[in-house]
Amino acid sequence: MAQAAHTLNSSKPLGHGHSVKRHTGLMDWLTTVDHKKIAILYLWAGGLFFGIGGIEALLIRWQLIKPMNDFLDAQTFNELITMHGTTMIFLGVMPIIFALMNAVIPLQIGARDVAFPFLNALGFWTFLFGGILLNLSWVMGGAPDAGWTAYTPLSTSTYSTTHGVDFYTIGLQIAGLGTLIGGINFLATIITMRAPGMTYMRMPMFAWTTFITSAIILFAFPAVTVGLVLLTFDRILGANFFEVGAGGNPVLWQHIFWIFGHPEVYILILPAFGIISEVIPTFSRKRLFGYSSMVFATILIAFLGFMVWAHHMFTTGLGPVANALFSVSTMLIAVPTGIKIFNWLFTMWGGQVRFTTPNLFAAGFIPTFTMGGVTGVMLASAPADFQFHDTYFVVAHFHYVIVGGLVLGLFAGLHYWWPKMFGRMLSEKLGKWTFWTFIIGFHLTFFVQHFLGLMGMQRRVFTYLPNQQFDLLNLVSTIGAGLMSVGTIIFLINIYLTSRKPADAANDPWEDGRTLEWTIPSPPPEYNFKQTPLIRGIDAFWKEKMAGNKGMTPAEPVGSIHMPSATILPFTMSVGIFIAGLGFMFSRDDFGNAFMSFMFNYYIVTAIGLIITFGSMLLRSLYDDHGWHIEPEELEGSERT
Amino acid sequence: MMKTWQAVKRLLPMTAMFGLFLAGCGREDLSVLRPQGPQAELSYGLMELSISIMIVVLLIVFTIAAYVLIRFRRKPGQNEIPEQVEGSIKLEILWTVIPLILVVVLAVPTVKAVFAAGDDHANDKDAIKVKVTGHQYWWEFEYTDYKVTTAQDLIIPVGKDIAFELETKDVLHSFWVPSLSGKIDTNPAGTINRFSFSAPNEGVYRGKCAELCGPSHGFMEFKVKSVSEQDFQKWIDSMKAPVAVLPEDPALAEKFKAACLTCHAVGDQGINNAPNLTGIGSRESIAGILLNDDTREDGAPIEENLKTWLHDPQSVKPGNLMPNPKDLGLSDAEIDGIAEYLANYKLD
Amino acid sequence: MTTAHAEASKEEFPHEPEKATLEGRNKVLAFWLFLGGEAVLFGTLFATFLALRNQTNEGPSANELFHLPLVAAATFILLVSSLTSVFAIQAMHRNRPAVLRNWLLVTVVLGLGFLILEIYEFTQYVRHEDFGMTTSAFSSAFYTLVGFHGAHVAFGIAWISILIGQLMRKGLTVVTAPKVYVSAMYWHFIDVVWVFIFTVVYLLGKVG
Repeated sequence: MAQAAHTLNSSKPLGHGHSVKRHTGLMDWLTTVDHKKIAILYLWAGGLFFGIGGIEALLIRWQLIKPMNDFLDAQTFNELITMHGTTMIFLGVMPIIFALMNAVIPLQIGARDVAFPFLNALGFWTFLFGGILLNLSWVMGGAPDAGWTAYTPLSTSTYSTTHGVDFYTIGLQIAGLGTLIGGINFLATIITMRAPGMTYMRMPMFAWTTFITSAIILFAFPAVTVGLVLLTFDRILGANFFEVGAGGNPVLWQHIFWIFGHPEVYILILPAFGIISEVIPTFSRKRLFGYSSMVFATILIAFLGFMVWAHHMFTTGLGPVANALFSVSTMLIAVPTGIKIFNWLFTMWGGQVRFTTPNLFAAGFIPTFTMGGVTGVMLASAPADFQFHDTYFVVAHFHYVIVGGLVLGLFAGLHYWWPKMFGRMLSEKLGKWTFWTFIIGFHLTFFVQHFLGLMGMQRRVFTYLPNQQFDLLNLVSTIGAGLMSVGTIIFLINIYLTSRKPADAANDPWEDGRTLEWTIPSPPPEYNFKQTPLIRGIDAFWKEKMAGNKGMTPAEPVGSIHMPSATILPFTMSVGIFIAGLGFMFSRDDFGNAFMSFMFNYYIVTAIGLIITFGSMLLRSLYDDHGWHIEPEELEGSERT
Repeated sequence: MMKTWQAVKRLLPMTAMFGLFLAGCGREDLSVLRPQGPQAELSYGLMELSISIMIVVLLIVFTIAAYVLIRFRRKPGQNEIPEQVEGSIKLEILWTVIPLILVVVLAVPTVKAVFAAGDDHANDKDAIKVKVTGHQYWWEFEYTDYKVTTAQDLIIPVGKDIAFELETKDVLHSFWVPSLSGKIDTNPAGTINRFSFSAPNEGVYRGKCAELCGPSHGFMEFKVKSVSEQDFQKWIDSMKAPVAVLPEDPALAEKFKAACLTCHAVGDQGINNAPNLTGIGSRESIAGILLNDDTREDGAPIEENLKTWLHDPQSVKPGNLMPNPKDLGLSDAEIDGIAEYLANYKLD
Repeated sequence: MTTAHAEASKEEFPHEPEKATLEGRNKVLAFWLFLGGEAVLFGTLFATFLALRNQTNEGPSANELFHLPLVAAATFILLVSSLTSVFAIQAMHRNRPAVLRNWLLVTVVLGLGFLILEIYEFTQYVRHEDFGMTTSAFSSAFYTLVGFHGAHVAFGIAWISILIGQLMRKGLTVVTAPKVYVSAMYWHFIDVVWVFIFTVVYLLGKVG
């Protein structure tokens, strides 16, 4: 039938003629199901939220620059720390990770798209609308204020009386749905869409870490969804999950949150491990040292990641047996992590290390992340953690892991794949400035915080009394934060200047590319590969290069390529969920306006939202997407030389 | 040359930090790094052990990293293809086994310490039993064996084990005296925690709340005052003396009863819904953060602190539950009178 | 075009039409993954229920509340519906669209029967036992766990009904077959979840 659809339209002029209506401009972005465009959407949206989270961080640091500062009031400060953590993790770094996964994974495994292009778009739009909903709280009565961990009872409606925490629970449920969809999509993509010859043990490391990360998402996110649902029910429907007076148990929230929350840490860091494992071999001109043990270590980390959650709860009072068990299981994670670090170092050993911007970030990543790792092992020791817990020592630790690890990894990945995504090389000069200002600023900001914690400064305090020897270190920390933002601004300038240059990046702009994405044009055509490549070993492209070949051996003849149709439905489905979420959140409010109260209190708004969502789903189910075809003649035409 | 400079640049902040570290490890009455009791020493010992192991690890990683980054950088014109090494089983085993050994070295004392720290002295006859109750944003201490309740200042006899039972009346808090012990959360009824510490030296130690509990979380401080056995007995005796000292002016006394003793208590009068005020004139601080020590730059005379607090409690501790005395119908003069009375309400 | 396609494919209709195309295979695989996530979802709800099931806050306890014969009837109905959806898939594999449609119809009717019993049960509790969402931690956990399952059943009924309509309009093709297959997987899954609910919520509530 798809064949028939094509014949019907083949009378149109070739070259531009497609069998479906093609959208342009804004509609193109709203309806796209192309993984490369969705990657760019993820990047801009994630970047926007990253910027918001960064501004929140700067406000926090400015408030803490001196003791008894009154720049911010206590309530605003608590809202800022809550939103900073939540935004950065769920709306900042995770979408940027998804941006890189979307941009790179199909290319690395030799696929023309992900397994479910429609779901891919749906995942993006639900994330975006969840994020928008959460951030609307700033202008709709106050942001959540109970910390990103939202511990009960502080987050229940008794103690957090604004709608802030409702924005948190419902926004994260919607955004989390998007993440879950993305996770399932990448699992299926990597399982079924690999090019011929690309066995699991020939996959690039980034594909492996994406695979494992997606698996963690699949098994961790439903847990937090349940937690958020329970909290929503407590707050909006008057349920008693965390209401002590009616038999509820606040500690239950901590278990549910951290059963998700700890694996979440590995959801964040494993992709960074993958990026580093791509960048270092490329710029050392050497294959990744100990590939199979790297794969094994990744799986082991994911596995152990699910059985250490209670190390966030050593001071909750779980008793010595639980504390001892979780201490030991946590320390064990150091072993596979150590394997990775040494493998990276020995990848460079004997290589020819080139200090391009991506590799500078990768080289900065190793010692910085190691520092975050060792403080992690220190924290694992429960009796020591009784002191560390909830102090600036912990703040320093997780920023070393997430910023010093993940964000440095993301910078490495963005500089590395930027030419592939946009066809333009970022300026190396500005890139190096970004690196040095960012990493020096980073260490200034967070290294001193270890000592602040040990000297008795607990976290999440909106200000502190003078004369506790905290003043100087806090000042240093704030200066460092300023330097980090200088680095980020240089990066933005770099993006802007680069965007004004011609898109002339070569297929393999770093010249030493090892994997499949470097065999095709930058940016790749819509269909990625004119012919699906045949994979003959690990580092497929490098292998061909060494054999003296210019490109990959095709696994199929040139033929017409089937493409999925663009559709607005993912967007409308997400709009529907967004409306339903807002409607449910305000269902108990008195608006002082009969019409508004009627619309919300009788769940009319919620129903409208759900009708939009389920109606879109129904349309999707009823009208089959037959897609369209790109013909061989068009392939030749659009090929860049 | 360039690379050496970069290495130096990276080391610079490190050495600067190390200097800061040596310059001071924080206040003796506040810092984890200057433990003042066996519990804090237990934690500190593990920190010393773990940081020593970790510094070795860091040195190894940093050295190898510095070596490969300097030694194996690509020289101009270098174009031959490096040997594509697949890996090395021997090396993999090496860096699996060594970290495992290090983990065991740390895990064994950790597990031992976990169980040692688990001794809460709840059934120890010699221990002083104290029930700690966290409130937004103040601490209540009840000496169950003596039927004495106080707030904000925890008076303990030197060297004795204190057996704590911790609970919260509202949201979660965490009870933390860094120089004496690690922290433990105060949970609601049903998940009550117990633990124990002791202070071998006399002195005043700073305590804090370490679990986000609302706007004034950062101001939810308290003091632990370790005194001789004799002084402790004396303090208990005067706290137990049933006579409530009320303001001398009978009109003010009536006002005080009507406005304050509906939540607070002095001696045998009033109730313990808010901090117990018995002997408040002898305390270290007002509201936990206004220090009653006019010899120090960050302190002030107690009467001044009481006035600061009573004239506008919200400006001192945002979000706290005490009504503004003015809203309770007290005039400025009456507030000052109550401040003066409380400041002079000392225990013998 | 639709009929043309259906006729064309009928000639060489594959034995397992749900796995005949890459899209179909992807769909089945992804649905297995999705059910993995669903298992965690229900696992967390079960854990919550187990943690709170004795916190009755002076409201009715499980033992006082549950009326096993009614629940046993609901269980029986749902189990039978699982069987009928197996028959439906067998009919699909034998390329018998009419039989397939009929078994799906039976499944939907049984599902509706289950749902009606559950709604009846809930209204009884709310009206006559003073047992609502806000009564106790136990009641919240009960309604959330069982209600989540009920919502899944309701979604399944709507889904399979729509598929019946599609089968009638588009016929059994390599496009519709994976949808039917996946909906059957879903139906079995909520059936398995119910077995756990019956055991953990009702039986355990009666004895413990």
